[in-house]
Amino acid sequence: MEKYYKQPDGNRIQVIAPTDLEISPGKIIALLGPSGSGKSTLLRMLTGLSTPSSGEVLWHGKAMSGEIPHVSIVFQSFALFPWLTVIENVEAPLAARGLHAIERHKRALRMIDVVGLDGFETAYPKELSGGMKQRVGFARALVVEPEVLFMDEPFSALDVLTAENLRSELLELWLNKKMPTTCIFIVTHNIEEAVLLADRVIVLGRNPARIRSDFEIDIPQYRDRKSPRFLAYVDYIYKALTKPDEEMTAPATAARVAGNGQEKQRKKFQMLPHARPGGIAGFMELLADRGGRDDLYKLADELAMDVDDILPIVDAAVMLGFAVVREGDVEITPEGRAFGEADIQTQKRLFRDAALKHIAILRLIENTLHAKRDHAIGEEFFRDILDEHFSSDEVERQFDTVLNWGRYSEIFDYDSETGRLFHREDAELAAAAQEE
Amino acid sequence: MARDLWQPVRILGKGPWSLLPARSWSMLTDFFVFAAGLSLFYGVVVLARSWFGPFNPQVEISRDPRMLPMYAAYSLLRITVAYVLSLAFTLVYGYIAAYNARAERIMIPLLDILQSIPVLSFLPGVMLAMVALFPRHQLGIELGAILLIFTGQVWNMAFSFYSSLKSIPREMREAAKIYRFNWYQRFTQLEVPYAAIGLVWNSMMSVAGGWFFLMACEMFVLGSKDFRLPGLGSYLQTAASAGDTPSILWGIATMIAVIVLLDQVIWRPVIAWAEKFKIEQVESTQAPQSWFLEFMERSHALARLRKRVVNPAREYLRMRFARRHAASAQEAQPEAWKVWLGRVIASLAVVVILYAVVRAGAMLSGLTRGEYHEILVGAGATFLRVIVALLIGSLWTIPVGVAIGFNPRLAKIAQPLAQIAASVPATALFPIVLLVLIRVGGGLGLGSVVLMLLGTQWYILFNVIAGAMAIPTDLKEASSMFRFSSWQRWRTLILPGVFPYLVTGLVTASGGAWNASIVAEYFRFKDQTYTTTGLGATISRATDAGNFDLLLGSTIVMALVVVTINRLVWRRMYRLAAERYTLET
Repeated sequence: MEKYYKQPDGNRIQVIAPTDLEISPGKIIALLGPSGSGKSTLLRMLTGLSTPSSGEVLWHGKAMSGEIPHVSIVFQSFALFPWLTVIENVEAPLAARGLHAIERHKRALRMIDVVGLDGFETAYPKELSGGMKQRVGFARALVVEPEVLFMDEPFSALDVLTAENLRSELLELWLNKKMPTTCIFIVTHNIEEAVLLADRVIVLGRNPARIRSDFEIDIPQYRDRKSPRFLAYVDYIYKALTKPDEEMTAPATAARVAGNGQEKQRKKFQMLPHARPGGIAGFMELLADRGGRDDLYKLADELAMDVDDILPIVDAAVMLGFAVVREGDVEITPEGRAFGEADIQTQKRLFRDAALKHIAILRLIENTLHAKRDHAIGEEFFRDILDEHFSSDEVERQFDTVLNWGRYSEIFDYDSETGRLFHREDAELAAAAQEE
Repeated sequence: MARDLWQPVRILGKGPWSLLPARSWSMLTDFFVFAAGLSLFYGVVVLARSWFGPFNPQVEISRDPRMLPMYAAYSLLRITVAYVLSLAFTLVYGYIAAYNARAERIMIPLLDILQSIPVLSFLPGVMLAMVALFPRHQLGIELGAILLIFTGQVWNMAFSFYSSLKSIPREMREAAKIYRFNWYQRFTQLEVPYAAIGLVWNSMMSVAGGWFFLMACEMFVLGSKDFRLPGLGSYLQTAASAGDTPSILWGIATMIAVIVLLDQVIWRPVIAWAEKFKIEQVESTQAPQSWFLEFMERSHALARLRKRVVNPAREYLRMRFARRHAASAQEAQPEAWKVWLGRVIASLAVVVILYAVVRAGAMLSGLTRGEYHEILVGAGATFLRVIVALLIGSLWTIPVGVAIGFNPRLAKIAQPLAQIAASVPATALFPIVLLVLIRVGGGLGLGSVVLMLLGTQWYILFNVIAGAMAIPTDLKEASSMFRFSSWQRWRTLILPGVFPYLVTGLVTASGGAWNASIVAEYFRFKDQTYTTTGLGATISRATDAGNFDLLLGSTIVMALVVVTINRLVWRRMYRLAAERYTLET
């Protein structure tokens, strides 16, 4: 199946490239990918919430055609109904299936007991902590005894300790067969979570989403996070995520292959990672201080940062030529070192040079502003160009990033009132020339 | 000393009561519930007798204060029926607009336009139609009044319901879908609860607006006919016409009593109850409370009613819909006859609209040059008056509102007072204000500005108070730390901070002022007509004279002016407020 959106001008925005995927019972499957890579879209197609643009989803060998199969979803935002009590929330799916009040009550109570929430039946969700709310989410999902339990980033709205706790309880229920489901499909951006829980990991690349790697994890449960095999899997997945252009081989051999991947032809307009220049500068300074090379995973861990927060910064640094990523390690380049050690004004200048060299859209803006007589142009011009490459939401984010980078490095100025980009010095000169 | 004296008394006072079984308290509540039910039944019987009684458009209005409870009941009933109609309309209209993309494109702009047509312009048409429909019963004219109130209160409710439906979080919708909620379950467990808070607040506003129009339409002249309905509005007008000050005071006191009672017995409990529909992650510390709600919750009779009747009924409905949904899950394609029915209805609607446009054009072509002139000059005059009213309103409400908003102690005293003052419908006060104006000797040209102000300043005041309260303490502290002069403080902190709220208040106030111009610029009083140049006066005069061409023309112009101002001024102000002056947390 695949998914794309048709633009009014006939262009297609491809969200998910033609993809073939099979899920079979008895496993925990993790779908990993950077944010905005289309993981959630894929999940929604599998659950019948959204239909593929072409191709079809087969459920027990039969096409689904708009029906909802016998599955459940645990949502990132919990998606509990705040006006219903815990037990009413858990009973709601049973009521939808036409079960009688007494039977509903009995099953809901049992499931609330399984997730460890007994005593809170009559509480409202707002009286509960985040972890307890997600327990209600689990109970609601499991009470209908779904064939596949889908989870959409179920732990990412929780704090670290609570998430860890819930994860191990989930695993315990699953391994002790206390969970009335035959398969778990978990969408996440947390690499460690995937390696900890999953029997099978599917790594998505982005723009458009496609399967980069699909492999089994053969470490027996319960897994030790510090074991070399565990870390090898983590490193392997980091590599799959951070080097989108490299061909991925199976993980067992990957650890031994030297990682000098050839760079592919740059696309006309790259998708900019949503990192702020300040964040990039901070990261480069830190990397320079630490001797210029460090394990990405360790770095993220020590910074107490989420993958989602650090990956865009690393992506940006790589794109600007300030760093390269090898085997899950990030290594500073000479340009990167100069940038990290410079003072603010020099940093701006270096950023500008790197940006004009590597970032096509910024180069285009610079050239356009230079060529125009009044050295100014409406933002719509560049939005239209981005429109051809990205979905409308992504255009907004791309444009914000372009503005951020361009204004920081003084490639252009931006007037939010009129929505015009202009080059301040050139524009002033031009205006002065006109007056004369 | 004093404390020592009091303590034993308090213990004694507490003692015997605490020994009483809790049940007797609930018996008291039960008694109250039964009594209330009985009196409601009695009231409905009495009113029904009058409604289905013979047609009598000119009920003699007595100025005896003892008649006031009866009159208040009549007015209340009209409001209630109109509100129930509005709610039903809101649910249907909002639902269709939110879920049918094709209908949405027509229904939402239509709502915008309907909202800006002055309600009182509907008066003659609606009244004549209803009287013609029920020529022999009082019901016709009552229904006319009710429909008029309905048009005054329904639009903002429909809009609120529609936008709530559109903003339900995606994951909640998906949860409802993945867990196979049927239509009924989705409606009762997701859609209505999510929209509840917006609906409650808009209902309160709508009912307050309903009083405004009710006062105006209980007593009016239409061509040669003089319509009078028994009610609070007609009582006040009669009393003012006779210059009977004690009766006026009695009337106003009754009005305030009714409004306070409604607030305590209906709105406070409903707000306290609706608290559970709030989308929030943590429980708020200051939840609204209502003594009346707590009182009613203690009733055993109500609890039994809930257990024996409401819960089984709810369960029955749930099961019925769940089974029907399971049975019909397969057929997703709409049947052919439904598609055709939709097309037939749509083309009928187009024909009707075309016919109406042609007829309206014919009516407009009947207008004389003088009448066109009158409409245009009137529009200019009313426009100026609205601006002056808004300016005066802003001038006093901004400083006062900011003072109240910045000072919690002042707010505690001032807010309930302002609420009561605001809830007295301006139309109820018009006769009295006019009486004073005539004695003092000001013309209606100025007087109408005062009348407009009376109806609209509260919207600005309440919004400014809310805006001032929303300014973060950090910013206030920063501005005092940098020793801003008071001018600097106003310019850099207070005015930008309250701006978005001020715009909201001004939009509502401006709409209200245009509507009020119809009653404010033209007044019949003691067999005399006081009038001034203005679009509202033209509409009123056309109503009085039964000149429907002129009425249509002036109404269209007023709607056009209001829509244009909304598009050109307020929408831009909104955008500016959203982009520049929003305090994000």
